Amino acid sequence: MTLEKDGVLSPEELAELPGMPSKERLEQGAVAVIECAQEIPCNPCEKACPSGAIRVGEPITNLPTLIEDKCTGCGLCIPLCPGLAIFVVDMTYSDQEATVQLPYEFLPLPKRGETVKALDREGRVVCPARVVKVLNPKGFDHTAVITIAVPKDQAMNVRNIAVDRR
Amino acid sequence: MRETELAIVGAGPAGLSAAIEAASAGVQVTLIDENQKPGGQLFKQIHKFFGSKEHYAAVRGFDIGAKLLDEVKRCGVEVMLDSVVWGIFSDHTLGIIHDQKNIRLKADKILLATGAMENALAFPGWTLPGVMGAGAIQTLINIHRVLPGKRVIMIGSGNVGLIVSYQLLQAGAQVVAVLEAAPKIGGYGVHASKLRRCGVPILTSTTIKEARGKGKVEKAIAIKLDQDWREIPGTEREYDVDVICLAVGLTPLSELAWMAGCRFEYVPELGGHVPIHDSNMETTVPGIYVAGDLSGIEEASTAMEEGKLAGIAIAEALGYLSPEEAKNRKEAVSRRLDSFRTGPFGEAVKKAKERLQRQGEAK
Repeated sequence: MTLEKDGVLSPEELAELPGMPSKERLEQGAVAVIECAQEIPCNPCEKACPSGAIRVGEPITNLPTLIEDKCTGCGLCIPLCPGLAIFVVDMTYSDQEATVQLPYEFLPLPKRGETVKALDREGRVVCPARVVKVLNPKGFDHTAVITIAVPKDQAMNVRNIAVDRR
Repeated sequence: MRETELAIVGAGPAGLSAAIEAASAGVQVTLIDENQKPGGQLFKQIHKFFGSKEHYAAVRGFDIGAKLLDEVKRCGVEVMLDSVVWGIFSDHTLGIIHDQKNIRLKADKILLATGAMENALAFPGWTLPGVMGAGAIQTLINIHRVLPGKRVIMIGSGNVGLIVSYQLLQAGAQVVAVLEAAPKIGGYGVHASKLRRCGVPILTSTTIKEARGKGKVEKAIAIKLDQDWREIPGTEREYDVDVICLAVGLTPLSELAWMAGCRFEYVPELGGHVPIHDSNMETTVPGIYVAGDLSGIEEASTAMEEGKLAGIAIAEALGYLSPEEAKNRKEAVSRRLDSFRTGPFGEAVKKAKERLQRQGEAK
């Protein structure tokens, strides 16, 4: 399983990303997880961050580096990544649950409080997820940011949701 | 006979950007397009673009198109729509058909920004209704809001195949699989990952063997390929689909450049036969320039920069910009183009472009 062959980042590939927060930082609270693994010409995430926690620099094809101590987990980078490759994970949400904020560009949008299916990087249903927040302001330009609560052990595995179409 | 200082053929991202640069420097610009609306492919692009934060990154393609059109209007460019350029002559005259009438337009400089056409792929059953190009599907779903089918198989995993697959999901279709004959996914990993986490499989070293159906597509037969790209018997897999979408690359739309007598080079990395051009985007025929996909298949973002480069160079050649002013502006654009052309996806294009331009400078 690799990004080039299957379109899915392997655990090894994920571990090497400069946009991946450390285990220690994850335990401290909400933080961005930048799953950007190819040197493509793109840098809006760098400007999106109000805390200066994402660095691309020159050339523009550099991978984004997460400066994890500066990241507040605000999630403003999520809708500005054209590749929809940034998530925010909060492992401190509750005793059993973590939250995952993810970009979502399908209609209908889920509603707060609704239970949806949580999907992994291969689109497999891994568990139910409770929708904690739905953000879709004008500035996000139709990339809604959905916060879901999932069991802690699934927080680094869940990367999408499926909403039943009514 | 009508006259203009700069005639631009093609009002896509390259043509629009060139028109803005040249007209805002004072050049009289006539922008010609065969479609009823300008914008080329931009208005079909509903996804957010990659790129630099200074230049439309994270802005959706159709919004970029709207901004360019506003600017074109503001700087007084004459736009001729529904107008087919059918010929180009040695005295810098274009033959144009508009409203069933023939118009001759003489221009001091001509920029060809005609873009590209989609490649086809022939296989048994490929003429059945339901086998469609990715561009047509994008027009249907994103412009006309018509779903061409319910279950789609995508052939090709370049950025076009990946993006159109995702847009089909957004439009409410099911994408049963993306097939890729090469052993690696062609487009950006982030586009592939977006599809995969929606549950769409991407099958590398796999191609389409056959389309079946009575009067329309009902089934697609996929087959695996070995390392020498030969079909592996017994690995066929059948999919129930009503659409087979072809996204197997683009070829520069070069007829007018051939007709003008431009010298060409065959460059596989750039999509086929490409007019040789220098760093001003001028071809081997003095006064005839190229930009965008015609000068090598790339992205809309690079097409816009190349258009600017041509627009600046033409304004300079016509005396509207001093050499120093033009040099400064060109350098800024070239820097951005260089940065776009780094990394694993841009490197091959950069080398091919440099080769082409060395020939262009030596002309």
